[in-house]
Amino acid sequence: MDAQLKRELQDFAFRIRIACVEEFKALGFGHIGGSLSIVDTLAVLYGSTMKIDPKNPGWPERDKFVCSKGHAGPAVYATLALKGYFPMDWLTTLNKGGTNLPSHCDKSKTPGIDATTGSLGQGASQALGLAIGDALKGRKNRVFLMTGDGELNEGQIWETAMLASARKVDNLIWFVDNNKKQLDGLVDEIMPLGDIGAKFSAFGFHAQTIPGNDIEAIYEAIEAASNVAGKPHAIILDTVKGSGVKAIEETFDNHSITAKAEVYDGWLEALNSDYAAFKAL
Amino acid sequence: MKIVYDGSMDTVLFKDILSTTIPELLENNPDIIYLDADLMSCIGMYKYGMAHPDRAINCGIAEANMVGVAAGLALAGFKPIAHSFGIFASRRVYDQAFLSAGYGQNPITLIGSDPGVTAAYNGGTHMPFEDMALYRALPGSTVLDITDPAMLDNILRQISDRPGVKYIRVPRKTAAKVYKSGSEFEIGQAIPLRNGKDAVIFACGIMVHEAMQAAKELAQEGVDVAVVDCFTVKPLDEKTVKQYAKTTGAVVTAENHNKFGGLFSAVSEALALSCPVPIEYVAVEDSFGEVGTQPYLQERFGLTAKNIYKKVKKVLERK
Ligand SMILES: Cc1ncc(C[n+]2csc(CCOP(=O)(O)OP(=O)(O)O)c2C)c(N)n1
Repeated sequence: MDAQLKRELQDFAFRIRIACVEEFKALGFGHIGGSLSIVDTLAVLYGSTMKIDPKNPGWPERDKFVCSKGHAGPAVYATLALKGYFPMDWLTTLNKGGTNLPSHCDKSKTPGIDATTGSLGQGASQALGLAIGDALKGRKNRVFLMTGDGELNEGQIWETAMLASARKVDNLIWFVDNNKKQLDGLVDEIMPLGDIGAKFSAFGFHAQTIPGNDIEAIYEAIEAASNVAGKPHAIILDTVKGSGVKAIEETFDNHSITAKAEVYDGWLEALNSDYAAFKAL
Repeated sequence: MKIVYDGSMDTVLFKDILSTTIPELLENNPDIIYLDADLMSCIGMYKYGMAHPDRAINCGIAEANMVGVAAGLALAGFKPIAHSFGIFASRRVYDQAFLSAGYGQNPITLIGSDPGVTAAYNGGTHMPFEDMALYRALPGSTVLDITDPAMLDNILRQISDRPGVKYIRVPRKTAAKVYKSGSEFEIGQAIPLRNGKDAVIFACGIMVHEAMQAAKELAQEGVDVAVVDCFTVKPLDEKTVKQYAKTTGAVVTAENHNKFGGLFSAVSEALALSCPVPIEYVAVEDSFGEVGTQPYLQERFGLTAKNIYKKVKKVLERK
């Protein structure tokens, strides 16, 4: 990967994390763990990979992103705001009455959100339909899908996987945010998934397992997927829930956190100082 | 049962009742078994549930499977109580509840938490305004919209002995305290909370409190309105409903649900054939949910005492 691009995307990831934590701070609580764990993937997708036009979010030929773990909407909103889809100050309205940024992704409310999600599993099927439909329409774009690891509990996920494979939907790139936790606790304690990459391979996917909070690894995996035709692609992201803010990473119950403004300020301070150190490199 | 309503919020949370009464039932009755779909911690059941894998099954984020498994447990002689958020405990599992449990004659209890606007910050994707309609349409079902924590406690203690599919919709936070703790309730029996001769408000769930506030306001203007708690939406207490409709001659229904298939429908169906009187409703119009605080959403969807007040005025004009 080009060193300059890597730095740019790392920089973007910092800015997304900061905007995302600011966004939760304005509300005081929310799904911060699973939002932060997908930030690096968002930085690569929106910072480089995806063919998009923030001024024309409805452009049919664009690449699409479906955040099936819809509760990570706040991370996507931060990304979209930084890309100019809507004003940054919308971020302070997260979840407030009348907002365009509801807790779960909603395409009818937020410019740049490509599918409405929140009921886990449903984004996967929609992404597949979108990928099949775009191809049938002769469009050259790709569809990127993000699901959680806990979300893989849903039977609908595997129904999607079977159909994607049966139809050889190779314009679908499916990320699994394997942050090892779901709502009640550890995936391994609630519904052990075993080797997720092997499961997707067994379902007929071209599957890769990579360090999921590593910009370069994500970028390279997408490149590798682009070179394999005739199969849907799965990229299993080995991530940390709360990634990028040590105090959140170290909080066991970090699915949804309620915290005082001072606590948010502490997290922001840590993020900003990491960002300053990165810039000084 | 004792009515202790004074307009104040209960200091006990519904979640507290769920997390104490369910373990107690599990300890005392080996046939009762609890299932959840990765939301044990949301009702304070995580610790107990994970420590007692023979009494509690965490099915993961797989609600349809959970309800199918609950039906299978019923086949094996258990009395399953399964919980998820209201949307998932209704829409997401409806066919399994309908067929494997209902049609298959495998009695189960489903707890759908955070009904209607009480889903608040979880937003439109998580806001069931149609769960009662779905479950009312399931033959032989029981549909309860819980009023306060004391009611929840008593209902949990008796629900497993009923046949069919039982659907309990209940917030996780709290509501106005209406009944003294330890009160006993009979499913199928509505509870008159206040007498009145000019009109009657049939309310359920969080709308009972709004109805009481509206009635108080109206009383100050000399309008004498009865309020009946219709928590038992199915079976509806048709006898009480007809009796109050007849004596007052004007009805308003109030529910935290859309106007299709919930309490407004149930009351209208009951009265249409034998006791047609003017009826108005307070319910969500033909629309999806939204995100916001509960007070914001009650205002947004008209689920307020103020709106009940207006509808009473309106129904009185039609009398
Ligand atoms: C169908 C469905 N069931 C339950 C929920 C409630 N819920 C929201 S997030 C979550 C846990 C998700 O775990 P995972 O997919 O691993 O996401 P992450 O850990 O990345 O946040 C649950 C159970 C939901 N949104 N949808």
